Amino acid sequence: MSDAVLDRLAVRFAELLPAGAVITDPVRLRTYECDGLTLHRAMPGIVVLPETAEQVAAVVRLCGEYDVPFVARGSGTGLSGGALPRTDGVLIVTSRMRRILEIDMPNRRAVVEPGVTNLAITEAVREQGYYYAPDPSSQQVCSIGGNVAENAGGAHCLKYGFTVNHILGLEIVTPDGEIVELSALDPGYDLLGAFVGSEGTLGIATKITVRLSRAPEAVTTLLAAFGSIEGGGAAVSAIIAAGIVPAAIEMMDALAVEAAEAAVGCAYPEGAGAVLIVELDGPRAEVEHQFTAVERICRETGAFEIRVAASTEERAAIWKGRKSAFAAVGRISPAYIVQDGVVPRTALPEVLAGIDRLQEEYGIRVANVFHAGDGNLHPLVLFDDAAPGEGERAATVSGRILDLCIEHGGSITGEHGVGVDKSRYMPKMFTEEDLDTMQLVRCAFDPRSLSNPGKVFPTPRLCGEVPGVRKGVHPLVESGRAEQF
Amino acid sequence: MNGATGPGAALAAAGVTIRPAGPDDAVAGVTPRWVAFPETTREIAAVMRVSAAHDLAVVVAGAGTTLHWGRPPERCDMLIDTCRLNEILEHEAGDLVVRVQAGVPVETLAEALAAKRQELALDPPLEGGTVGGLLAAGLAGPRALRYGTARDLLIGITVVLADGTIAKAGGKVVKNVAGYDLGKLFTGSYGTLGVIADATFRLHPLPTARAWVVWPGAAPDEVLAVVPAVTASQAEPSAVELDRPAPDGPCAVAVLVEGAAAAERAQAVRDLLGEKARVADEPPRWWGRLPEPGHPGPGPSSEPGGRPGEGGVLVEIRTVPSRLPGLFAGALARTDAAVRGSLASAVLRVALPAETDPAAAAALVSALRAELADAGRVVVLSAPEPVARRVDTWGHVGGLALMRRIKDRFDPDRRMSPGRFVGGI
Ligand SMILES: Cc1cc2nc3c(=O)[nH]c(=O)nc-3n(C[C@H](O)[C@H](O)[C@H](O)COP(=O)(O)OP(=O)(O)OC[C@H]3O[C@@H](n4cnc5c(N)ncnc54)[C@H](O)[C@@H]3O)c2cc1C
Ligand SMILES: Cc1cc2nc3c(=O)[nH]c(=O)nc-3n(C[C@H](O)[C@H](O)[C@H](O)COP(=O)(O)OP(=O)(O)OC[C@H]3O[C@@H](n4cnc5c(N)ncnc54)[C@H](O)[C@@H]3O)c2cc1C
Repeated sequence: MSDAVLDRLAVRFAELLPAGAVITDPVRLRTYECDGLTLHRAMPGIVVLPETAEQVAAVVRLCGEYDVPFVARGSGTGLSGGALPRTDGVLIVTSRMRRILEIDMPNRRAVVEPGVTNLAITEAVREQGYYYAPDPSSQQVCSIGGNVAENAGGAHCLKYGFTVNHILGLEIVTPDGEIVELSALDPGYDLLGAFVGSEGTLGIATKITVRLSRAPEAVTTLLAAFGSIEGGGAAVSAIIAAGIVPAAIEMMDALAVEAAEAAVGCAYPEGAGAVLIVELDGPRAEVEHQFTAVERICRETGAFEIRVAASTEERAAIWKGRKSAFAAVGRISPAYIVQDGVVPRTALPEVLAGIDRLQEEYGIRVANVFHAGDGNLHPLVLFDDAAPGEGERAATVSGRILDLCIEHGGSITGEHGVGVDKSRYMPKMFTEEDLDTMQLVRCAFDPRSLSNPGKVFPTPRLCGEVPGVRKGVHPLVESGRAEQF
Repeated sequence: MNGATGPGAALAAAGVTIRPAGPDDAVAGVTPRWVAFPETTREIAAVMRVSAAHDLAVVVAGAGTTLHWGRPPERCDMLIDTCRLNEILEHEAGDLVVRVQAGVPVETLAEALAAKRQELALDPPLEGGTVGGLLAAGLAGPRALRYGTARDLLIGITVVLADGTIAKAGGKVVKNVAGYDLGKLFTGSYGTLGVIADATFRLHPLPTARAWVVWPGAAPDEVLAVVPAVTASQAEPSAVELDRPAPDGPCAVAVLVEGAAAAERAQAVRDLLGEKARVADEPPRWWGRLPEPGHPGPGPSSEPGGRPGEGGVLVEIRTVPSRLPGLFAGALARTDAAVRGSLASAVLRVALPAETDPAAAAALVSALRAELADAGRVVVLSAPEPVARRVDTWGHVGGLALMRRIKDRFDPDRRMSPGRFVGGI
């Protein structure tokens, strides 16, 4: 894209948007050059900060008019480079769309703008005894729009599901600039479900209706220390086999515990080869039953120390080490890669053994933190970026971990998304036919591929090239402004 | 059949079982020319390729329990019967995941899972439907309140498109955000995007105990006054269901709690509902079934079996809980319809007897739509032709233009159940 086009576009944007909502100054643009995956950087061509859906739609329509790609950005905490800007494009940032529009307690729902943070929703309804269930560790900062785009999960999604299970309606701006309402009440194809998790490639969410959940009557959090990761894994399997679905089951290995200790002094039991955190919630009588069983299982599978949080403060103390784990490894390693893969829970022991072998083979340390209940691994691959070749070896180890996940019937991402980072792994998990079929959805929403192009899919076919697609569709039909039925 | 070069011969050559169709095979009055019985995903693909080559319109049938729902197909040459796609492909109990072929009856699956003390937490329909039909029809049962609907429990899918392309999405792990979730699009698609070949679901452990709190007879306004407290109660019900056999008689409410402490929690629910409610370890007989119009009361059904809604008019209302009192005091008070459904998730099914005057049926649908406006949707699931002609089957559909574009990409020649779905898709 020539600078001249962007210059003209910036002028047109300035006519549409409030003062200060168009950024072209290189120093300020730099703030937006990457998301939470800082490895990938690009200076956005233009940044806009719209305040309403109509403004988003107008910006998107102008992008279409000038054939310029656009990328949505919420809080920029994404870990797969999903919000990586385009130098030849426009970055549409939702940070000025932060209003909670409606809280409807009788119907247990709230309507919010996309820039509202995940935690702000819970804070708005906590006093009434409700909360918004999906709880990514980044919840203080990440936006609900970003959560929708990534189908974000959290420690408690084992029992309560992911973002997609809690979204009841969306207002979206389609890639051709139309405002469309999607409701879970609507008959027809589940476009709402298809949009959630589409990583900004099917348009921009401008209004989001979320389900509010009743805060549970009782919560019990237990920390169990095991001599080895195998012991912890056996406990997880036995808990599931006992028919218990805890709100969360998290595990950390010795290296991750060491890092958390160094960073936040979480005071987990010394000498633990693995630390397991199990949280049970629900009706008090139910939680008591389950707690007895879980405690017994942990002892039987060899826990050498069990702590139980008796208060909110103690619960926070147990979670502190886990929640800080990503950043904490910064204390024990100059640099690290956060990986996100999934394996069937029963394959955990084999995959962890495989990761051990990789550590030895490449001389790279890996700290393991994971959502053990659903097999979602977050290996933290540690390296020294000053040591020649170590970065490359770490990247290899990180990639081979994904290979392990695929070999065991798992996934290359459980919650952080594909973004730019993992698009090249998509063909390892899916066939060409699978990817072409997904591309049909993309072409239906965004035939010109202007919405976050280059993410999720490796070099997709152009929409016209997809086999089986009719030629010569009238542009008005294509854009949805006319119908041929 | 069309001789040695026709579709029948081509399919026979591909090894797919096929027979000429008869009047019994009609789909909503439209009789196909052939019925194919594929046994594998590859065989489905072979049927689809032959159908594509000969421009045949295709309808998929599971057990046929709701095949008459939706509009009649504009044309139907090939009926794909999924009854031979009947294998449970993989059940890894430790992973709480199952992968099944589309033709497996939901009850057969439930039995296999129960042997491992697990379940697919969709309330098994009583009439023998298949996994594929359950997905394609996409209805919700009572426990949607706690577990969500089919789309929430589906984690992977294999489909065959109109041109024979075999594609899958998702996988066999519960947590997975790689690629678009095609399973969501195919759930509730009424067979208009392609054939569902197999599906992978997240399972739940069977609860240790279940208890129903049943309040046998009360006026709707009395019921609706206490339901919010029950829904919000810390007893965490899995379902709150209502049965209103007729407008003038009483309605019944039943609340389900599940878990080791079910008895205690049921007692807490009973405290909210009042003394007339009792705790039972079996559901009332109407639980999870479609409403039976013209049925005098909550006694045993006079005509068990039969295809639900066939002959009569069956309407689904989806709204929000706060609109229910208005509906029961308004349009629902003025009709003979039988009403059943979920009060907590505000999904009701309304049934009128077959002999209902078509104009009256159409008026009910309009009245319900007018009363709900933006706050709900009213869909005619099934209706005899004289009624169907007078009503807009689907009502308002947000995003219809996008849906048409999806259909156009997946099935550009409109050969998959043409005309059956929203907006004539
Ligand atoms: C310390 C840390 C912990 C984390 N923990 C978790 C966790 O536990 N679980 C988890 O799931 N994730 C986690 N993440 C990842 C990240 O926080 C989530 O992916 C989050 O959903 C991103 O939200 P965001 O507002 O920062 O989005 P961004 O990073 O700004 O964008 C993410 C993607 O969403 C798109 N997007 C943003 N807004 C919109 C919109 N309105 N409409 C359409 N597309 C849009 C962007 O184009 C991009 O593709 C963590 C990240 C960090 C840094
Ligand atoms: C009394 C009653 C209670 C019910 N309760 C519930 C419930 O609690 N939860 C729930 O989920 N459902 C419920 N249902 C719905 C029921 O599960 C489905 O409608 C039924 O299972 C359809 O199965 P079938 O095999 O008979 O499908 P059919 O009637 O044969 O087909 C139904 C539709 O799906 C399409 N179809 C069928 N198989 C495929 C396939 N493999 N690929 C693509 N399209 C296909 C058909 O073309 C048709 O449009 C209930 C139904 C009844 C009658």
